[in-house]
Amino acid sequence: MTDLSSSPLSNGQERVPALAVRNLRKKYGETIAVDGISFEVHQNEIVGLLGPNGAGKTTTINMILGVLEPTEGMIAINGIDLARYRSRALEHTNFAAVYAPLPGNLTVTENLRIFGLLYDVPNLSRRIDEMIETFDLKQFRNTKCGVLSSGEQTRANLAKALLNAPALLLLDEPTASLDPSAARYIRETILEYVHKAAVGVLWTSHNMYEVTDVCSRALFFSKGRILLEGDPKLLPGLHGKATLEDLFVTVAREPLTLEAPAA
Amino acid sequence: MNFHRSLAIVLRIFYLMRGSFTRIFPLFAWAAIDIILWGFITRYLDQVQHTFNFVSTLLGAVLLWDFFTRAMFGISTSFFEDVWSRNFLNMFATPLKISEYLGGLVAASMMTSFFGLAVMLLLAALVFGLWIFAYGVWIVVIVLGLFLFGIAFGIFAIGSVLRLGPAAEWFIWPMPAVLAPIAAVFYPVSVLPIWLQPIARIIPASWLFESLRSVIAGHGVPLDQLGIGCALAAVYVVLASWFFRSMYLHAVRTGLVARYSAETVT
Repeated sequence: MTDLSSSPLSNGQERVPALAVRNLRKKYGETIAVDGISFEVHQNEIVGLLGPNGAGKTTTINMILGVLEPTEGMIAINGIDLARYRSRALEHTNFAAVYAPLPGNLTVTENLRIFGLLYDVPNLSRRIDEMIETFDLKQFRNTKCGVLSSGEQTRANLAKALLNAPALLLLDEPTASLDPSAARYIRETILEYVHKAAVGVLWTSHNMYEVTDVCSRALFFSKGRILLEGDPKLLPGLHGKATLEDLFVTVAREPLTLEAPAA
Repeated sequence: MNFHRSLAIVLRIFYLMRGSFTRIFPLFAWAAIDIILWGFITRYLDQVQHTFNFVSTLLGAVLLWDFFTRAMFGISTSFFEDVWSRNFLNMFATPLKISEYLGGLVAASMMTSFFGLAVMLLLAALVFGLWIFAYGVWIVVIVLGLFLFGIAFGIFAIGSVLRLGPAAEWFIWPMPAVLAPIAAVFYPVSVLPIWLQPIARIIPASWLFESLRSVIAGHGVPLDQLGIGCALAAVYVVLASWFFRSMYLHAVRTGLVARYSAETVT
């Protein structure tokens, strides 16, 4: 295990961050998808990852999930170097993404049991019951995931994402394609969980109201770099914009008009 | 190596099998048809001549070749279940190691291929009076050698599909049929043209089927041939695992695991 207490990732006084990313870079040939980004996510913190399509958000998430190798840089999950100790680092993380649903040909319980074994969750049967209870999936526990509605599938996906009580939770547009009521339910459930558990959350969304509501900090991505960072409630005012959505549009269309954050 | 993670791979296949007639049926149906077809052909051949035991020699070879095919497909079909359900990202974003994944695939293949073998053995014994294990305990070694070779071939096949993309699935299904003519399944290696014989000799199945024919003909157990066949198969398991791991690392480097359906062969 990498000892972060003596590294620049931690000053030795604070708890090890759920996620520490240093100088992360990904190149595909001559194309730079992610260009030397650094950030941290701490426990009990929800960090929004914002930016236009193609800004590098999903590439960053894929690198943190260990399914894409960075060209340069370092990722530590709960203090464990992902490149050196991939399996041990990934034991402390989990994710839910709208583009990665659970296999539709297995039931909710079957999927949870399989992923519970993959994450080596202790007392698995009890944990599955807890997750089914938390996400109100009792009546669907023996239903194949493929026939669930979008909202029910999202809940099943989140049940899988919290199954191993991860220190780092990655949520890539978790409420995309949900109606406002279902989206609010999901937000409230995750918020409740984050307040109770020692978990840091990295949350991508194109819904700026949602980001303002749930995130304590936001990172604005543009062309593979972090252009802005700060409290989503304060950021618009600091940059002369009325709303976070106005700021998002400026980041997407005229990123050069915004100053880069101080190093 | 975490046993629970390999168990998850096996359990996934078990869950899929248990509720699916369309998955269970192919485990034995095509092999059973082969046994019936070749059973009647060899019975007819035994009726028209009496110097060679066609039922034992040819039907035994068909039975064991079908078992090899089941072992190979046991690996590739389990892998394809993840391809078909677009489960790569979910699966490979877990702490699962390649050794644990392959271990799970091998165990799943063992479960399905030995089930198919049991059905074929029963059919050959009940309908055509062929009980292949009556030729001695060495038949078990031949079966295990063929299982190892099936595993190696299956792992090599899924490594190729991982590299080339989901459409490469169609290269995989005919692979045993392409291999059969040079694997000395139904005839000795000496029947092949001289230039083809060295190629046949690097295929473990050729040594194992030569052994099978020797045992059935009552010429005793050629331990050297049996040993070479099993050793070659074991070496190929190691090489195929290395190949799959290389293809996986390439897929992680290029982003293919995250966007597998994109089929970006580079």
